[in-house]
Formats: sequence, C-alpha cells, structure tokens
Amino acid sequence: MPDMTRKTTSARKATVTALAWTVGFLIFFPVLWTILTSFKTEGEAIAAPPSFLFFDWTVENYLTVNERSDYPRHFWNSVVISVGSTLLGVLIAIPAAWSLAFVPGRRTRDVLMWMLSTKMMPAVGVLVPMYLIFRDTGLLDTKTGLVGVLTLVNLPIIVWMLYTYFKEIPAEILEAARMDGASLRSEITYVLAPMAVPGIASTILLNIILAWNEAFWTLNLAAAKAAPLTAFIASYSSPEGLFYAKLSAASTMAIAPILILGWFSQKQLVRGLTFGAVK
Amino acid sequence: MGRITLRNVSKRFGDVTVIPPINLEIGDGEFVVFVGPSGCGKSTLLRLIAGLEDVSGGVIEIDGVNATGLPPARRGLAMVFQSYALYPHMSVRRNIAFPLKMAGMDPSEIARKVEAAAAVLNLTGYLDRRPGQLSGGQRQRVAIGRAIVREPKAFLFDEPLSNLDAALRVNMRLEISELHQTLKTTMIYVTHDQVEAMTMADKIVVLNQGRIEQVGSPLDLYRSPANLFVAGFIGSPKMNLIGGPEAARHGAVTMGLRPEHIDLSTSDGTWRGTVGMSEHLGSDTFLRVQVEGLGMITVRTGGDSGLRHGDAVCLTPQPGRVHRFDADGKAMA
Repeated sequence: MPDMTRKTTSARKATVTALAWTVGFLIFFPVLWTILTSFKTEGEAIAAPPSFLFFDWTVENYLTVNERSDYPRHFWNSVVISVGSTLLGVLIAIPAAWSLAFVPGRRTRDVLMWMLSTKMMPAVGVLVPMYLIFRDTGLLDTKTGLVGVLTLVNLPIIVWMLYTYFKEIPAEILEAARMDGASLRSEITYVLAPMAVPGIASTILLNIILAWNEAFWTLNLAAAKAAPLTAFIASYSSPEGLFYAKLSAASTMAIAPILILGWFSQKQLVRGLTFGAVK
Repeated sequence: MGRITLRNVSKRFGDVTVIPPINLEIGDGEFVVFVGPSGCGKSTLLRLIAGLEDVSGGVIEIDGVNATGLPPARRGLAMVFQSYALYPHMSVRRNIAFPLKMAGMDPSEIARKVEAAAAVLNLTGYLDRRPGQLSGGQRQRVAIGRAIVREPKAFLFDEPLSNLDAALRVNMRLEISELHQTLKTTMIYVTHDQVEAMTMADKIVVLNQGRIEQVGSPLDLYRSPANLFVAGFIGSPKMNLIGGPEAARHGAVTMGLRPEHIDLSTSDGTWRGTVGMSEHLGSDTFLRVQVEGLGMITVRTGGDSGLRHGDAVCLTPQPGRVHRFDADGKAMA
C-alpha cells in the first residue's frame, strides 16, 4: 500500500508539473514569438506557414530600429517615469497606509475599497479632461506630467500593497516606539519602514514594472520629447503599414530591461504579487 | 517622583462602556498591581495612563500635572509589553538606546547608560545580538532595560510574564520585585494571575467589568475581601462559598471559608463528608470533600494526610475565620 500511494503522488506531481510548464509556456509563447520574429526578415515574418526556428537569423531589424529611432532617449524616459512615479507614489502611500493600518476608523474599509474602485473605471473615461488639464498646464509631453499621472494611476495599488504589509507588523512595536518618545516621523522612519523593507521593496519593484508597461497614458499624453519605450514600440505600428519584424525588434528592446530586472528580483516579486499572503 | 491620580477616568469604545468613571490614587514609589479576569479592563486602564488610548472622560494627573491630553512620550512613563515589543531589526544595544536617542541624548552618554543598564540586567554579553537570537527571559530583560534607561516617573507593565514558562516566571517575578526595591520608582503592573498580584504588590487594585472592586494591600484583600468577587478571586485555591441554611445560621446570605481555615478530623466536627479528588503539592494537600447539604468544599491539609478517595471525614470551620456576605454580595461587618 505505501508503494501505491507513493506512485499516485509522484504521478500526480508529474501531471501538475507538466500542466504548470504548459501554462507557463503558453503565457510565455507570445514573448518568445516576438523575440524570434525580431530576428527574421520582414518577408519571413509574415510567411505562411511560419517557420519556427529554421530561418535565416538576422540582426538587420535591430540595426534599422536603432538608426531610425532614438532608443537611449526613450529608454531614459521610461526609467525616469517608472522609477520617479513609483518613488513618489511610495512616499505618498507610506503615511496613508500607516494611518489605514494602525489608526483604522469606521470608514477605513470603505476608503480602501473606494481607492481600489478607481482602478476598475476605464481610463479612457477621463482621457479628455486629463488631456485638457495637461494641455492647459503645459504638461503635455513632459516627463513631469507623466510621472504625475502614473503616480496617481498606481497609487491605489501601492497603498493597498503597503497596507497589507503594514498589517503584518504588530501594533505593540509602534506603541513601544511611541512610549519611547518617538515622534510620528521617527516612528515611521526608524521602526515601521525598516521592518517593512521587504514589503516596500516588492511594492517598488512591482510598480516599476507596472509603470514601465503602462501604455494608455504614456501614449496619449506624450508624443516626442517625453515619450517612453511604449511610444517607441508604437511608432513601428504606423499608418504606412505594419513592419512585423521591426516592431518585434522594438518590442524586444523595450521589454528586455524589465525582463532582466524581473528575473533578478523573482523572489521579491512573488511576494509582491501575492500581496503579502505568503511569507 | 511618580504620583499618578485618576479622577473620574472613563473609557467608551463606541457605545460600549469599557471603564465607567474610576477614581484612583497611586502614590510615589508604590508597586500597584491591577488584577482581574480577562476582559475586566485592566489593560485598557493601563493604556489610558500610558496615553496609548484617549480617555472618554475624566482627568489623569501625573505628579499633580494634568497629563490627560499629553502624548505618551511626554508623560515620562515607560512601558513593558506582554509581547516585549522589541524592535526586531535593531541589536539589543540599539533597542535599549532607542528612547535615549529619541530624547536627543549625547552618544557617549547613551553608550554609558546602555552599558550600565545591561550590567544590571545581565545582558552585557548579548548587546550585539538581535532580539530574535535571545530567549524569552532575555527578551523580557531587554524590554525592561529599554524602560529603565529613560529613568521614567513610573513603569507600566502589561502582563509582562505571561509569555514565559513557569520556572522563568517565578525568577522574573523576583527580579522585577528586586528592581523595584533598588529603583524605588512607581510601578503599575497588570496581570490576571492573582499569585503575581499577591507576591509583588504593595497595593492591589481588583477590577471587574471595568469597575474597581477593591483597593488594598495583598493581606487586606486576603483577610477582608469587600465582596464576593474579591473573595473568590484572591486566594488559591478559591475560597469556599456556601449559601443556604448553613449561611443563614451565620446570619449571612453567603458565607465564605478559605481552604486553609478548616480543621480536618476523622472522628468529630461540624460537618461530615466524603473525600473526593485530592491534589498533592508535596508541602500541602488540597482535598475536595463532598459535604452533605453543602456541596463540594476544598480543604487544605498537610502534605501527608493519609486520606484516600472515599474516606469519611469531619470538617470544622476555624472560629473567627468565616466571611459573611449579604444579598448584594457585599461583606458584612
């Protein structure tokens, strides 16, 4: 009997593993296909049936893309916008999450739900007013403007994540700090923030990725000077026609930095994505 | 100095009154224990004094100064929490130094004070460890160290020993008592354990449902409990409480008799009964005796009583040791 159970569990384990790999591969396939396409000629990129691995590998697309667009500038814009909006968001969210987690009121849950509900609204619903505000305040196509709008867009998620992490910290420790003479600022700086470092790090990482990939606002509110990598990709899907291979090369160049960042911070990210449920 | 006065202090959470208006005077240098069953409001009362909760009414004075609206840091009190509440990311040294750093003290002065506190508490060898690398007793000592370096007007202890094992608890009890002897600073100590209350306190405050049932020295409470609640709560094992005709014969609605105030005999006595369960503690034995018409009575006897389950015994209350309570449960003169 013990052998039987061992067999069934190992069979089950194999099935689950195979299933996980299949799902993982399916999710990853579009990215893989984009990367493969980026090394094809435009002709091979639209060939039917498509060739999977056996085609003439070429780096031509990358050279063309580099020639035609200013990759470093877009890259730098993406870095400034994603890192800037995330750090600004975290600075605003830490005190907010502190008060929600440690001095809850009767309406705390409502406030949290309301913040999250703003994420359920389609962004396009406020595009016109936002565009007009940006135009009238001269924020169109500026990094400052994009940092501002992405901070606002991701703030609910940042507050929620930090709130969940802060809830795990025993309130008695903060009370001890208060008894020890810490002001509110010292309490957050010396006690809460250092204890929440893993949570804050995951929050920062996840939000950099979200901001890096954000396309709606960056495409609509910036066209040239402040345009990040999303605009760089979009410029290859133009009215003159689709250039699949070049589009793929641009996409690969745009997602590569964030893929590398994600790869090196997997552990933090998993913690971040599970919203603190897994320790 | 550390004189704390509560005048009509009350606390409500929404519509629930946790503490109805309370008056209490705590003298300088006193060791006061708040004792009561869980949920009686003793911790809330301590947190009101600490300033961690706002009062709903009344005035808290510390050394004659109204401290009701002051934040915890400005009350000059130090607190030791049940969970120790150490800063897990700081070394023992930095934990103890934290209140001094917050006070903006000179670093060399801080170092000197931390070393001195560590020496008193046997923590010198552990100063560079993190709280996670210490045993429960050591963590408790760090928490106490963090409290004493501030030289507060009073120490507040919130069930500080309940996370420790029994042997360590007895040791720490003695250490805290010794600390009180050395520092002579006011201490307010919250516990649900009446043994801790009896052994440590100068003055015990018995709380029940937010109300103060009685204030007095341990022996006062033991000898003359003001009501049935105190009578049943103070003393271990519990006082025997007897109602019915037997109490009426003593002119009371309920009569109370401590297990140690009953004489035991195998030949003659006031009540006859049968030995049930017995608890052997070595030095003492507590017999549970089923007495006809009275129910189960606990009796203390010597370590080697020789009595067994089912033996017939006679019990006689010691004269002058009977407590009498009226219909409201109040002690009668």
